[in-house]
Amino acid sequence: MNILNILDEIEKVDGEIYERLSPRRSAMKDFFNVGKKISMAALPLALGSMFQKAYGQTNPSTVNDVLNFALALEYLEYNYYNHALTNSTITFPTSASNAAITTIRAHERAHVDLLKSALQITGADGYVDADFDFTAGGAFGDVFSNYQTFLKVALAFEDTGVRAYKGQAPILKGNAVLTTALQIHSVEARHASHIRQMVAASLGVALKPWISYAANGNDTGISAVDAVYAGEQNTVQAGIEINGLGGASQTQAAESFDEFLTGAAVKTIANQFIKTGKKLA
Amino acid sequence: MKNNELETKSELQDERLLNSTVGRRSFLQYAGASAAAIALVAAGCKKDRGYENPTMDGATLDFKTDIGVLNYAYALEQLEAAFYIKVASAPPSAFTAAQKAYFQDVQFHEIAHREFFKKALSTAAIGSLEVDFSSIDFTSASGVLAAAQSFEDLGVAAYNGAGVRITTTDYLVLAGKIVSVEARHAAWVRDQISNGTFADLNSLTALGANNSAGLDGALTPDKVLAIAGKYVKTKINVINL
Repeated sequence: MNILNILDEIEKVDGEIYERLSPRRSAMKDFFNVGKKISMAALPLALGSMFQKAYGQTNPSTVNDVLNFALALEYLEYNYYNHALTNSTITFPTSASNAAITTIRAHERAHVDLLKSALQITGADGYVDADFDFTAGGAFGDVFSNYQTFLKVALAFEDTGVRAYKGQAPILKGNAVLTTALQIHSVEARHASHIRQMVAASLGVALKPWISYAANGNDTGISAVDAVYAGEQNTVQAGIEINGLGGASQTQAAESFDEFLTGAAVKTIANQFIKTGKKLA
Repeated sequence: MKNNELETKSELQDERLLNSTVGRRSFLQYAGASAAAIALVAAGCKKDRGYENPTMDGATLDFKTDIGVLNYAYALEQLEAAFYIKVASAPPSAFTAAQKAYFQDVQFHEIAHREFFKKALSTAAIGSLEVDFSSIDFTSASGVLAAAQSFEDLGVAAYNGAGVRITTTDYLVLAGKIVSVEARHAAWVRDQISNGTFADLNSLTALGANNSAGLDGALTPDKVLAIAGKYVKTKINVINL
């Protein structure tokens, strides 16, 4: 796929395409220069936001807002795993546990790079390790020396990530960006599933790979992360009661649908781990 | 017939484009019509041209509206539910107690998804699909796990690929609520087969995944149905894709 060819094709039927995309042709040349550097995978993201601006279906700033929000969360996750793997005294019990965290770190880094590319951010990362307080003000004081504490915070991050992307989907509705966001969303869900199994194995608890029923939504038994699971106890979808449907128990009904979090709720959770001055507004 | 009319319309638009008389702003409309024309081929409209049997048999997924997308999801959930019901009713003897319990859970999740779509679609729902699991050895733990992995990974790619077609916000959110549960299933099943493969994106490139970008699978409905087809006896017609 060649973005220049695509734009040329569109120009044949829409002579004003360049003016729609940017008031100045020179600006489009700048975009081309960036476009050549954008990775293939990021193209749908970049094109999606560009055409949305050009044809003005919805508020042009919204898609970029979502991408920037997602990028901040990916910075949080990437730096967390990177810190654990490179600058901690955590003892990973098995090579498999270390390998799993390494795999997850690689995906989070890939997400950071993809979103930076889509947003045409070519410079340094917007957030670095020093911008975060992964102890959340001391609530998880031994997060980088105690493997179990490390897993608990990882669990909260992954389940939050899944809920965060889900909550932004309506803003991306009908946009090519949505597909890419969904592709990140389900990778986060795969991570969450595996981290849950790691927590179950390490803590010796019956935590399932999927979010099970609890009266307050939090099935992890870690009360410090209640906000991450708020509403997960829901069993009514689009007005249809799932509890009892096809023989599903209340537990299975809650498990069968994940719930979303609003951007505001996600920011509150994320800001517990972000230092003053860099908190999400 | 509907299909022929649509095709004729597409051909007319083709001609207009060739003659360069198409309005500038019609480009995107043209692109849509072109996609529909491709879908008509996929829908196997040759059969309809025989004029012998004017009504399509089997189930028809009309992707013109959200109803078609929901029926598509309903079809896939029917397939998954049928598979897990069969596994849960007589699990492979080599399954551990934990595996039996979780397959029981997954069975009820998939049944819940199936019944949810059936209720939500009401009279617009397609009928029950007849499945064909003759290629799966239900007595073999590895056979069942491999099939479960295929269904779950495909399910994730299907929802990821269909999301952009959904125009109703509530339905889009619901699809999102389901797909992450399918991804949790997929990761768990994969770890049962080989621990640590929960998100082995390199193994999912055929489903549209991209490991270097950290992206899961995403496939268009025609591709998903082509893969799922071997498990479905009922003819599935696709129109307006």
